[in-house]
Amino acid sequence: MVFTLKRLGLALLVALAVSMLSFTLLHLSGDPASAIAGEGATDVDIAAIRAYYGFDRPLIVQYADWLFKALRGDFGESYYFQLPVAQLIGDRLSITMTLGVCGISFALLTAVPLGVAAAVRPNSLIDRVALFISVMGQAMPSFWFGLVLVVIFSIKFQLLPPSGTKSWENFIMPTVVLGYYAMPAIMRLTRAGMLDVLSADYVRTARAKGAGEMRVMFKHALRNAIIPVVSLSAVQMGFMLGGSIVVESIFALHGAGYLAWESIGRNDLPTVQALILIFSLFYIVFTFLSDLLNAWLDPRMRVG
Amino acid sequence: MKTVLTGASLFALTMLAAATPALAGKSDDTLNIAFTKELENIDGYFNSAREGVIMQRTVWDSLLYRDPETGEYKGNLATDWKWVDDVTLDFTLRQGVKFHNGADFTADDVVYTVNWVADPSHGVKTQRNVNWMKSAEKLGPYKVRLHLKAPFPAAFEYLSGPVPIYPHKYYAEVGPSGMGQHPVGTGPYKVVSVDPGKHFVLEKFDGYFKDSPKGQPKIGHLDIRTIPDVNTQAAELFSGGLDWIWQVPADQAESLKALDQFTVANESTMRIGYLDMDAAGQTGKDNPMTKLKVRQAINYAIDREALVKVMLKGKSKVVNAACFPSQFGCTDDVTKYPYDPAKAKELLAEAGYPDGFSVDFYAYRDREYAEAIMGYLNAVGINTNFKFLQYSALRELRMSQGVPMSFQTWGSYSINDVSAITSEFFKLGSLDSAHDEQVKEWLDTADSSIDPEKRKEYYKKALQRIADEAYWAPLFSYNSNYVFTRDLEFTPTTDAIPRFFQMSWK
Repeated sequence: MVFTLKRLGLALLVALAVSMLSFTLLHLSGDPASAIAGEGATDVDIAAIRAYYGFDRPLIVQYADWLFKALRGDFGESYYFQLPVAQLIGDRLSITMTLGVCGISFALLTAVPLGVAAAVRPNSLIDRVALFISVMGQAMPSFWFGLVLVVIFSIKFQLLPPSGTKSWENFIMPTVVLGYYAMPAIMRLTRAGMLDVLSADYVRTARAKGAGEMRVMFKHALRNAIIPVVSLSAVQMGFMLGGSIVVESIFALHGAGYLAWESIGRNDLPTVQALILIFSLFYIVFTFLSDLLNAWLDPRMRVG
Repeated sequence: MKTVLTGASLFALTMLAAATPALAGKSDDTLNIAFTKELENIDGYFNSAREGVIMQRTVWDSLLYRDPETGEYKGNLATDWKWVDDVTLDFTLRQGVKFHNGADFTADDVVYTVNWVADPSHGVKTQRNVNWMKSAEKLGPYKVRLHLKAPFPAAFEYLSGPVPIYPHKYYAEVGPSGMGQHPVGTGPYKVVSVDPGKHFVLEKFDGYFKDSPKGQPKIGHLDIRTIPDVNTQAAELFSGGLDWIWQVPADQAESLKALDQFTVANESTMRIGYLDMDAAGQTGKDNPMTKLKVRQAINYAIDREALVKVMLKGKSKVVNAACFPSQFGCTDDVTKYPYDPAKAKELLAEAGYPDGFSVDFYAYRDREYAEAIMGYLNAVGINTNFKFLQYSALRELRMSQGVPMSFQTWGSYSINDVSAITSEFFKLGSLDSAHDEQVKEWLDTADSSIDPEKRKEYYKKALQRIADEAYWAPLFSYNSNYVFTRDLEFTPTTDAIPRFFQMSWK
């Protein structure tokens, strides 16, 4: 209990620090009024906009104003959409989360079995194949891989739609591209962990006492080997939710990552600020969850 | 990111060649369109995007309409108009026009729209489109008087473009946010659904008034999606998901043309590219850019013909004056600087830089053009220290401290009048690097005169002096490539405003 509370308190402080830092950096990085005014605005126009949005107030006042409103769930209104940021992000976030969950599931469901199989028979054909797949995944940039899939499945065979979010079919290629990117690291880590564990004394003991091969593999070995994989997956998941800009852009998915990218370009501060907070919360939540999960997998960690 | 992505295009397009385009569009009377950029708010007063200009012409009407072919002003929501004096304009409005929500169009709508947008506290983003109007006054149910802040001869140009008329009751109720989500206008197409920034579905407005100078809409539905990557757009074109794309880079357009499956059209736009030089010495009193001979040398150093031929291609042209040729008041009859690197070197030596010099060179778009320009400058001994910034960041820097030299472009908001470009940059504003009192005086006279001949005369004087003093190095005009299904009848215009209401199926 104390463990959980401590972790929660730390998470909140991290979120606060992130919001403060990002707010300061964003406001120092450029004049939002001049970006909003767009091409062709005069000094007078920009001054009017500056006053209209309150950019002429001291930074600390602007931050306090933002923070108190944000605590009540009011993230302000996007300068460009003239829509509440919460509404704007809510819509886009569901796409990013669908994609993220599908992507990490795809990565885990392919990487862990492959990693285990490769560890069971090191240097066999299956190990080589797994190595090849993971090297490919590391080496291929996702924009290129995405386009290759589009050319094959959308144009050649006309099986899948190239872009958009109309149906579940739209998510197949993005899932594969995003998942494939996360897969190699998970697979190599699973393989290395399994190799380590399989030569450990307790596995030999388990075998000696006559436990079945399946039971040795999954109950004794994998449970221990998977602990670093859990931590890595948490980080990968956070990355997928915040950083799938390229994939979202190629498949025209319009998720939160692409929104963040565009909003940074046009200095849409309320939107960027809220997105940074949400992305950092993702990392915090996933790290927290992976800590809990690892504590469940390995009782020794519960002391921490 | 864009440049990284286009690298893959060659591969994609070669593969594409094997596929046959699927049928789309015509069979269900829907034109599927891609925008590259997100249009955040469809309310034309609250975005400064090209996509916004297009939507505004499609969904709304303005008081006047400029025929893109003849350049003639025709009555759109107004039937008659005349100057009362230099700062007062009277309009007679068209009767029997209806908004998409069924409301009748009357003088109240014009008065409300003008008064609302002209009030700076409402935060209209494109201030320059509206800040010349003071107010509007109702003279009768179909008569309106417009008061200007100062004489503004380009008024018709603005009234035929970026000043759409909104339904007064509805706009008062919902404001820019509501208008952005559920737009209501009098235009040829009404908006069926809006997914902000992502997807817009429009439908032919059956109640569109019959004598509109825009003509009657012919295609039943417009389905507009934002697809940021040009390769994805091409893929959609091939798989039948799209019928019409534009702003296709020259290389891609050429590959698509070679496939011979779509119509590929090219047309010039009003955007011009130029080098801006710190003649006024904002970055240092004696910096090289303050010397006339250096600025002339830079003008001579760049082979603009080659840039147009090799890089911009299409209908781009070399530009000699600080304006786009079709704009009222623009003239090509100014001092010209043909490509002559030897002369450039000579001038540099005369200016006291026989071994050249180093200078910070800024740009915010079209990196490849900027790099080509640097190549020419380096060849005559000007070493460039290249800095690529976001548009707003570069402008801020220019406003606060100035930069010695930058590659700039300007699209004039498709306003076909020199006041939208030359007067924008040479009237001692914060983006005026020349600070020439004489030029400003001539531009002021031209900007505020009602007599067209006098305007032309003074614009010419100003443009001639700008060329003589080589304040800018005007380079070239831009062009846009349009790629669309062969079922579609469409001719692009130089103002780069695709008019969906004039398109039809073959």
